[in-house]
Amino acid sequence: MWPRRRFIAALGSAVALPAAAQFRVEISGVGATQLPVVVAAFRNADKAPLAIADVVRADLQRSGLFKASDAPTALDERSVIVATEWRGRGVDALVAGSVSKLVDGRWDVRFKLWDTVKGEELLGQSKVVLEADLRLAAHRIADEVQLMLTGERGVNATRIAYVLRSGRRFTLHVADADGEGGQVALASPEPIISPAWSPDGRELAYVSFESQKAVVWVQDVMSGERRMLANFRGTNSAPAFSPDGRELALTLSREGGSQLYVMPRAGGTPRRLTSSSAIDTEAAWSPDGRAVYFVSDRGGGPQVYRVAAGGGAAERVTFNGAYNISPTVSPDGRLLAYISRQGNGYRLMTLDLGSGTAMALTDTQDDESPSFAPNGRLLAYATRQQGRDVLMTTTLDGKIKTRLLTSGADMREPAWGPFSR
Amino acid sequence: MTPKSLLNLAALALAAALAGCGTTVPLNDVPVESRQTTPATGMAGAGGAGSSGTAAQSQVATVDLARGAGAATPAARTIYFDFDSFIIKDEYKAVTEGHAKALAATRGKRLVVEGHTDERGGSEYNLALGQKRAEAVTRTLVLLGAADNQVEAVSFGKERPAVTGNDEAAWAKNRRAELKDR
Repeated sequence: MWPRRRFIAALGSAVALPAAAQFRVEISGVGATQLPVVVAAFRNADKAPLAIADVVRADLQRSGLFKASDAPTALDERSVIVATEWRGRGVDALVAGSVSKLVDGRWDVRFKLWDTVKGEELLGQSKVVLEADLRLAAHRIADEVQLMLTGERGVNATRIAYVLRSGRRFTLHVADADGEGGQVALASPEPIISPAWSPDGRELAYVSFESQKAVVWVQDVMSGERRMLANFRGTNSAPAFSPDGRELALTLSREGGSQLYVMPRAGGTPRRLTSSSAIDTEAAWSPDGRAVYFVSDRGGGPQVYRVAAGGGAAERVTFNGAYNISPTVSPDGRLLAYISRQGNGYRLMTLDLGSGTAMALTDTQDDESPSFAPNGRLLAYATRQQGRDVLMTTTLDGKIKTRLLTSGADMREPAWGPFSR
Repeated sequence: MTPKSLLNLAALALAAALAGCGTTVPLNDVPVESRQTTPATGMAGAGGAGSSGTAAQSQVATVDLARGAGAATPAARTIYFDFDSFIIKDEYKAVTEGHAKALAATRGKRLVVEGHTDERGGSEYNLALGQKRAEAVTRTLVLLGAADNQVEAVSFGKERPAVTGNDEAAWAKNRRAELKDR
């Protein structure tokens, strides 16, 4: 057993980086540094409905910060770890644990995290969860490991909303950030687009065509209770919650032309935000809530502009290319992600709002709907692969991409939820 | 230190709090076959879907595939647009004049104009482009004698293509405004 004071000391230094980590893996030619971590298969995992270690490993890998692998021998949270042995194998950190079913049907998930460079135990926990929350427990373990080893919060326990189209059926899904464990929030015979999370993670706004026109709805995710937020004459679309959660920006054509408005979350009278004779749509708030980025074709083709949340003159933000749409701002407010037409293709780009440097993140042709992870490390987006609409995640350098699981149906319109569920 | 002392009690409360996530709200529990008999998809039934009360999932797909061709709005009620254009071409003069006349003659009559785009580009920007097409039509109808409150311009963007396909032939058929009685 480990001395208690060491465990507590490790908890206290949660944000400290493992100072002496020696073995880093460079991904060929790109300069990304990944921490080598072993995640051993959890003891009793064969009796559980979920391979916890596989989920943890995949989570760590997808973050782009780790190179995660299995252990060559059986280990659990009670194992005695000889740090020098692991260090000799080029391993910086080690995760091992167990799962066991309790008499009341819940599962006890235990794990420890060791820093094999320092020879220290960094974390030791037991999580007692419902069977349905085993996957969530695995994601939380990955998040805690990431926080402990890098000082940065992981997003594995967050969720992504997206729309699945299967023939004539449209469903709004809420899935784990790895695309698994999806549940249906809304099923409709008509299209659903533009899901947007409330900052508290409780509600989803979206556009539904169920009444043969575009109407903005807001739905409580846990209860399924929903309300019509905007059903004005013409088209109602592109909802975006303000960062304080009190208002939504959206696009209405009630006065002719597609223009930006702001409405209270509970509904009410829309306040007009833009006044142009062009298309103004796809509002995206700056994280401080002071500005709204949006798409306008007032200069000819669609470009990204910015307007103060209180209204006023808009300034143009994107200048490269003739077609730039679907802006979204990173949580730190520094990067704008958007879709740019390049030749015949539509590509996910980022624009450094400070330096003005634009960068393509993909080499696919049909990218759409970028959405930042709440820690700003990853972007989710939709694209086409082998004739199917699929959802991907990418690191901000474009080097590590993951395809979220599909069931053979077309997946579109990803919206990454906040940290809170 | 015993394993028990590691127990994270917060996990218990959390597990309970998370237990009810993801409630499903079905919008349309009506059986598939009754949808087929609605006017909008009247032709879809010919696609071969069974009439049994226990329709299989695959039959839903059949209805959907038939939808594009079978439920198409008649030519006299559809106006096609050039790429990136909102101009109503001269060949549709008769369509707009005919509808405007009918609306002017019967003030109780209402018309919805649905704007559509081809599949290229983002869904929200296309929604706005479709709206612009629909509004070009309603504006013309009003100029030709219809009352403003008789017409509503709405958009489906690229969400409801008339035909599937990724070439100019398909795109040209999808860049359209459909005039529908309400």
